[in-house]
Amino acid sequence: MEFVKENHSGPDLRVKIGSLHLANPVMTASGTFGYAREFENLMNLHRLGAVIVKGISLFPRPGNPPPRIVETACGMLNAIGLQNVGVERFIKEKMPYLDGLNVPVIVNILGGSIEEYREITKRLEGVPGVAGIEVNISCPNVKEGGVAFGGDPQMAAAVTTAVKESCSVPVIVKLSPNVTDIGLMARAVEDGGADSVSLINTLIGMAINLKTKRPELANIIGGLSGPAIKPVALRMVYEVARSVKIPIIGIGGIETAEDALEFMLAGATAVQVGTANFVNPRASEEVVEGISRYVQEEKLHSVREMIGALKLDPLRNH
Amino acid sequence: MPQYQEKTIVTRVEQLSCENVRITLKAPEIASCCKPGQFVMIRTSVGKDPLLRRPFSIHQADASGHIQIYFKIVGRGTEILAHVRVNEEISVFGPLGRGFTIDENLPTCIIGGGLGIAPLLFLAKEICRRKKKNCGPDLIILGGRTLDEVEPLVNDFREVGIRTLATTDDGSYGEKGFVTDVLKSVELAPNTQVYACGPEPMMAAINDFCLAEGLRCQVSVESVMACGMGACLGCNRPVGDGKYVHVCMDGPVFEAKELKWNL
Repeated sequence: MEFVKENHSGPDLRVKIGSLHLANPVMTASGTFGYAREFENLMNLHRLGAVIVKGISLFPRPGNPPPRIVETACGMLNAIGLQNVGVERFIKEKMPYLDGLNVPVIVNILGGSIEEYREITKRLEGVPGVAGIEVNISCPNVKEGGVAFGGDPQMAAAVTTAVKESCSVPVIVKLSPNVTDIGLMARAVEDGGADSVSLINTLIGMAINLKTKRPELANIIGGLSGPAIKPVALRMVYEVARSVKIPIIGIGGIETAEDALEFMLAGATAVQVGTANFVNPRASEEVVEGISRYVQEEKLHSVREMIGALKLDPLRNH
Repeated sequence: MPQYQEKTIVTRVEQLSCENVRITLKAPEIASCCKPGQFVMIRTSVGKDPLLRRPFSIHQADASGHIQIYFKIVGRGTEILAHVRVNEEISVFGPLGRGFTIDENLPTCIIGGGLGIAPLLFLAKEICRRKKKNCGPDLIILGGRTLDEVEPLVNDFREVGIRTLATTDDGSYGEKGFVTDVLKSVELAPNTQVYACGPEPMMAAINDFCLAEGLRCQVSVESVMACGMGACLGCNRPVGDGKYVHVCMDGPVFEAKELKWNL
């Protein structure tokens, strides 16, 4: 990797995702950070490595009926149903603000067909401020798209290629954990041309109310997120790191710098903070601060030394 | 609109009945800028379970930098919160949402049912302050299932200086019946601004009454929510035509006639 020495005082936290240079490895996960502006008075947005905005579809989507969320042990289930303003309004109403941020903006996209993914990507190509595209092939909460693409290696590769052909910015494919072999899916999208994979999206789950004898969510099933899924996410990042050469972005229950650094040991080049943003709006910034402290305290030359540095030999007793 | 993630200190815990608790918090930043009808998100645990903050309307706020919340123990979060001790630190995020719109030139009728009474004390005090205590035509109606839900709060409302009537479903305190029975029995000026907060059927009935009488009506509604600030989109509420509003950002106070009352 080509990281030119810079004259800056703090520790070197820079990482690269394809051709995208990030000041640090911390991003905000799509769907947990609105369009960033919601957080502008609560944290320093400029400290982030990148902002990933709420998933955008070709046309506006109203989302699912309520109840859309329910808390579960150490986590939550959501079935928002990809409520969003649609790509046109996103470009007109949300992008100018995001473009003004001194932080790379990655746009998460979702489609119901390969053509739709291609259309959205073409609309975003050349829009000022769009630094990358994250392809959502793994949303469990909508009927079309999601499952068909996220669980089928050939379809996932085809979507990836369609998006890649339609834009000049790095393409990240967000993988579903709801598959038998996530390494296989990662290889498929790598072969399809993905610059990076991010994982994991939410695990499909369900909650039932005994009193009413009904599901807690109107959608019946939803996506599980939060600290509850971290062990699953770590295992999957570890597996994918052994399956592909492209950089991995780790997601799943990250609340602290320690969580983030564990994902890097497992093989992640960068991470996304998701559900923690709901509990602590400063969570992502605090993760950056914590990583910075760790790199200094451990006297690392750069945070990149952590990527895949997991030791597999047994720890000797002293 | 300033919002703070504030480390607050518990200064008082009042067990108002076996299930209802009122907590006073030293929260100078939030107290300095919150408005009646707004809410806060409170972390009931420092660990991972319960994970999410819980929404609470602001029961009172004062110039000395204190806010109060009033709640019923309904689950693990509120159970934990009910057992906090004085001097404990609690993370409070707020103030959040759009509060009540107040026109001090209008006569006012404030109606609270059960836990819906919570945001109305702050509202009553602010109305009284703006009207310079000229609250002659104003009225407060407080209702609940039993004495426990109403009686402990009635004096606080009476002290505000607005005429306060009480009612319970079982007649254990005040008039026997619903707040809507009282509402229908009193004379209200045609330009009265009604404010209501309580169970959905209560608010729906008050909305029907106000529509029939041509009265303005604002309601404060509740919802599950993860973030309280427009990020999670979990607190949607239908308004018809397949459209939704979000309780945290568009509310929690709405014009009653704008909502779809699905009972």
